[in-house]
Amino acid sequence: MTGDLILDVSDLKVHFPVRMGSGLRPNTVPLKAVDGISFVLHAGETLGIVGESGCGKSTLGRAILSLVRPTSGHIAWLGEELTHMEKRALRDKRKDLQLVFQDPLASLNPRMTIGEIIAEPLRSFSPERTSADRGRMVRDMMSRVGLSPQMTNRYPHEFSGGQCQRISIARAMILAPRLVVLDEPVSALDVSIQAQIINLLKDLQADYGLSYIFISHDLSVVRHMCDRVLIMYLGQVVEQAPVHTLFERPAHPYTINLIQAVPIPDPVKERAKQGPVLMGDPPSPLDPPSGCRFHPRCLRAEATCKTRAPVLETVGTGHEAACFRWRESL
Amino acid sequence: MTQKEMASDEDIANGAHGLADAPERRRLHISPLNQRRLHNFKKNKRGVWSLWIFLILFFISLFAEFIANDKPLVVSFEGGFYFPVFAAYPETAFGGDFPTEADYRDPFVQELIEKEGGWVLWPPIHYSYQTINLDPPTPAPSPPSSENWLGTDDQSRDVLARLIYGFRISVLFGLTLTIFSTFVGVAAGAVQGYFGGWVDLLFQRFIEIWTSIPQLYLIIIIAAVIEPNFWILLFILLLFSWVALVGVVRAEFLRARNFEYVMAARAMGVGNTKIMVRHLLPNAMVATLTFIPFILNGSITTLTSLDFLGFGLPPGSPSLGELLKQGKDNLQAPWLGVTAFMTIAVMLSLLVFVGEAVRDAFDPRKN
Repeated sequence: MTGDLILDVSDLKVHFPVRMGSGLRPNTVPLKAVDGISFVLHAGETLGIVGESGCGKSTLGRAILSLVRPTSGHIAWLGEELTHMEKRALRDKRKDLQLVFQDPLASLNPRMTIGEIIAEPLRSFSPERTSADRGRMVRDMMSRVGLSPQMTNRYPHEFSGGQCQRISIARAMILAPRLVVLDEPVSALDVSIQAQIINLLKDLQADYGLSYIFISHDLSVVRHMCDRVLIMYLGQVVEQAPVHTLFERPAHPYTINLIQAVPIPDPVKERAKQGPVLMGDPPSPLDPPSGCRFHPRCLRAEATCKTRAPVLETVGTGHEAACFRWRESL
Repeated sequence: MTQKEMASDEDIANGAHGLADAPERRRLHISPLNQRRLHNFKKNKRGVWSLWIFLILFFISLFAEFIANDKPLVVSFEGGFYFPVFAAYPETAFGGDFPTEADYRDPFVQELIEKEGGWVLWPPIHYSYQTINLDPPTPAPSPPSSENWLGTDDQSRDVLARLIYGFRISVLFGLTLTIFSTFVGVAAGAVQGYFGGWVDLLFQRFIEIWTSIPQLYLIIIIAAVIEPNFWILLFILLLFSWVALVGVVRAEFLRARNFEYVMAARAMGVGNTKIMVRHLLPNAMVATLTFIPFILNGSITTLTSLDFLGFGLPPGSPSLGELLKQGKDNLQAPWLGVTAFMTIAVMLSLLVFVGEAVRDAFDPRKN
């Protein structure tokens, strides 16, 4: 299934300066949205990035596409460093790197027809094409994603959420990219529409040999969609594993909690569910806890967890976890 | 189930009528939102009437040369037709003595023409803005009479003729200044709002300093150094008037630059200029359009005040401000002050009424 290495992210950090206090000299505190993340991605692979709201998933996705400038670290795309690339060269790379947003309607300009919206990447990357040529490509792509090609002259507000997401996907796919970052592409949709969009994405991946980075907080969707999963907590990776390993033998207590929290569609089983429940909210990323960032919510936390930060350790093949006591999970 | 099958049940409902109405969409392209705005504007009777009155007055004033002129529209002389409004004919053409252009108001020239059975078709007002009535009934300024409908000014020139020409130049100047300030202001606001950060910070401080300069004094100083004509005056006023729109446009761009579709456009490699024009500018257009009638008003007022102070258009130009000044200097001749005041008051009121109607039409809270 997986091919060559296409993306290599190492020790990526994205910090946003946040002004605290007031007065003449407010001090600036860094908000560490992404704090030292490394991973690799192969051609044709789907990597899931999972975590609670505010853990930095979307920032990570945007940093990979150079939409936000990383504070430090490296992003190597096909062996070329993106972080310090010149604007013009970077623009060329954008042809291969595309993005689908969470909110389908907000990501489409309400004043453009969907024909114009889908054609926009073509206009910006291959202006030499005639408009008839572009029109044909747009109509082909529309029928490919399950939209009627007659609808090119309509505006986004005339479409349902699922259709808008199809438009977004068509726009991302029209340049035949190699990597698409899907930033919670189905979380705003009904469950039945979610399934349609997921299947569409899988079909497109099979046809074009795409790689996906699939950002989500919904583990059941991730399980269906991804080959490998990265679990994030407060800007850091706590566990990464192939999808089956992750669901069968999760090593990090946070992952165990997350999997535990997935609802079972059977009220009897759901009520009989046992095991730890994740308490409280994630702490503020402005003031992360000392040592292991998960320790205030962890049932297994001990004295060392409060003082020392665990690093990712190899648990099994392709399976890493950042916990001192991962052995107890297996 | 395959993706195609699943897609179909969602799309069938919309797809069916999409086939029916898709082709006709492009032809009459007024979005429902704009239709509602147009409807709101039309509902404001005062605004619509003001717009029509203003447009008619402006349209008439565009043909000032055919309404108030010291040259006839048509002269028939010895079987030939002459059009003195368009071309200059020497007096010798009509059998006179001088090779200079004929003065058709001169009884001698009129006699020459009529002697040969010719006739003269005059505009309704026999005076241009600089024609001097050489034979006024009283010393200038002389009161309204059948010859000078609104009297003459202190140089014995016809007030009505000067009014028509002055109205035209005021409106044209105001419109030109408005167009230029809109372009500059929108561009400046767009750059500030889109790039934000240091660009915005420095630019805003610059504008604060710039607007705190007492403009009228500076304009007076510049006008005292270089003799202003229409275009120089326009440039000087533009130096200060462009800031009017920067604030609103900047705010709209700051708000919209983080919209997801703008980020999507950046991810697709669309250039900054294109993003600004295609994705962000439409958001700022409502605020801009709402402001334009008021900027036009302000431009006309500024020109009038400069003319009133004597630092505006070159001496001799027809201007409402200059007429106002004459009214102030000649309180014994109230027709000067009253005429200028009424004209300015009516013109500015009409524009304000139009502006209010436009503003209300764009107000999203009205329906």
